[in-house]
Amino acid sequence: MMRILKQLVKVGTITEPLGDANNDIEQVGEKLEPIIRKRFAGSLAIRAVDAGSCNGCELEIHAANNAYYDIERFGICFTASPRFADMLLVTGPVTRNMETALKMTFDAMPQPALVVAMGDCAADCGVFGRDNYAIAGAVSDIIPVDVVIHGCPPTPTDIIRGILTALES
Amino acid sequence: MKHLVNTWFAEQLSEHGMYTNYLADHHPEQMPCLEIRFIDWEKAAETARRLEMRLVAVWAAEGGCHEQDEGMYVYMSFAHPEHRHALVRTLLGKTRREIPSISKHYIAASRMERHIQDMFGIVVTNIPDERRWIKHEHWPEDARPLLRTFARDTRMEQSEGEYPFVQSDSEGVYEIPVGPVHAGIIEPGQFRFLAVGEQILNMEQRLGFVHKGIEKSMQGRTAEQGVRLAARVSGDSTVGHAWAFAQACEYAADIRVSKRTSYLRGVLCERERMVNHIGDIGAICNDAAFSFMHNQCLRLREDMARQHARLFGHRLMMDTITPGGVTIDLSQQESSELIDDTRQLAAEVEHLRTIYADNPSIQERVIGSGSVSISDARDIGLLGYAGRASGDYPDERIEEAYPPYDDLDVNIPQGKLGDVATRVWVRFEEMADSARMIIQLLENLPEGDVLTQWHAPEAGVSGFSAIEAWRGEIACWLRFGENGVLDRYFVRDPSVINWLGLELAVREVPVPDFPLNNKSFNCSYSGNDV
Repeated sequence: MMRILKQLVKVGTITEPLGDANNDIEQVGEKLEPIIRKRFAGSLAIRAVDAGSCNGCELEIHAANNAYYDIERFGICFTASPRFADMLLVTGPVTRNMETALKMTFDAMPQPALVVAMGDCAADCGVFGRDNYAIAGAVSDIIPVDVVIHGCPPTPTDIIRGILTALES
Repeated sequence: MKHLVNTWFAEQLSEHGMYTNYLADHHPEQMPCLEIRFIDWEKAAETARRLEMRLVAVWAAEGGCHEQDEGMYVYMSFAHPEHRHALVRTLLGKTRREIPSISKHYIAASRMERHIQDMFGIVVTNIPDERRWIKHEHWPEDARPLLRTFARDTRMEQSEGEYPFVQSDSEGVYEIPVGPVHAGIIEPGQFRFLAVGEQILNMEQRLGFVHKGIEKSMQGRTAEQGVRLAARVSGDSTVGHAWAFAQACEYAADIRVSKRTSYLRGVLCERERMVNHIGDIGAICNDAAFSFMHNQCLRLREDMARQHARLFGHRLMMDTITPGGVTIDLSQQESSELIDDTRQLAAEVEHLRTIYADNPSIQERVIGSGSVSISDARDIGLLGYAGRASGDYPDERIEEAYPPYDDLDVNIPQGKLGDVATRVWVRFEEMADSARMIIQLLENLPEGDVLTQWHAPEAGVSGFSAIEAWRGEIACWLRFGENGVLDRYFVRDPSVINWLGLELAVREVPVPDFPLNNKSFNCSYSGNDV
């Protein structure tokens, strides 16, 4: 236990502080937090769905939750159930085999729901191509999309900025 | 470089009365492709099993430019710790569309044979599991995506059907259906548990949800275009897949990359091994509510990602490897910076390891959970850390010793117990070894170019490679067609085999320990479904 405490003190707070004009995250976070406080009672619940991604996007969503970015400090949490999610964060080109599951997840959400298509594949099928028997289409071909985040994969900063854009829209 | 032409397996087959013929248009010679008669197919597999070879993969391909008879071929590949890889193929001919199953000898062949059935419409006779695999029930029965007659952009009609999961009608047995959309931020797939009380009786996987038609989509791309797709077979092992693809292309085209290139590829691959092991160990601890470790590991992961973005231009090191070389280079200063960074990282990991090892709450959960015995590991042919934890030690860095590993001594951590704790132990050991090798490679980084001019081989030539990525061996076979484009790409991620290990490991494990076991294997869905 002492060693855990020692390590915690040694590492200290690594979360990048608000108010640093040179840091992208802080500028975005400063805008994000009041919107979430006002419009979502302080907490925005996101359901992430991998509709065919290579797993690269998932790694970056995980990274957005690490102590450097600490997306939770803005009131953003990832939820296991679509039933109380405010936002659907979809990655990957939508495969034929995930099309139904994606639609069902979207239908299970309370409306109005925000949909963010994350990554180049979600935006336009990316490297896998639209002319592909196994791909049903980009996310916007299957469900209505509010905001697209480009990148292969988008960085954690891109993700947080994309979420802000969706809330501002 | 070990002996040039590998004749061992051909000699063994001919001793057992099987006629073999070396294919001249297959490279490299040290991993030859032997053509055998159709009637010897199952016998060849049986012989390989008796010789204690492990199954690498089973796949099919329509004839290439050199085979004018429009025949269908089925391939299989085996590996032996001392005698390396050997490929075997047989011709089905113009009309015959069936092949006997080899699952009796190699259980891991079963899913790959189901894949062949789904994709080519070849009937695998005596297959123990006849259900569809990648081709889900809503695909039309006559869809055969990997046949030339099936256009890539075909819009398939929707059909109906349900997947028959294994069921039990015994009293007190209940089912837990999970997926395809999981509770966390992970890839999709279905698990069906049969449980009694808290104990799992049987866990069945149903995958294929992220099937993206990668094999089909690769056809018609040049090697340089194709590597971008290969790098996205599984995003967490992008270096491994890109390397396997590039090396198969280079073998086919008879291109030797510079020593500096191979050293840099080694550095990229070992960094990828470290970053994934760190992330997974954190996630295993998180599943046992030891969130301190999770946050510390995520911190180190992020440090690495930022370092990769600075030095290699991408946080996950995507698109750093290309046929003929690498797209990145390190200056003297960057190289010494990476050495310091790796050294410091290894020290941090070792420090966290002492905290992990001294924490009774986590040790209580991981020790003895989800054991896979050595005989089961050999039967399945478990790869990478999953195999090494159970006492089976296949490692291509030693068996094939491709550059730069011919200049290095790879230490294999030799686990025995095969439980979650041992899989974690193996990963800690591998990280220390990877750090040592990265430093050694960078300290001895040879001068030279990092890119050799790529030229495509003549049409009809095929290449095969086996790369030890962080999950284990990635096997890749590809063949070129006219105008320097690929006409067939086959890749076998280690997950295809290791998923079976997870099914076996969680029998008689309490349901709440499933996530620990799952993460300790951390198989790829995308790499399995391609």
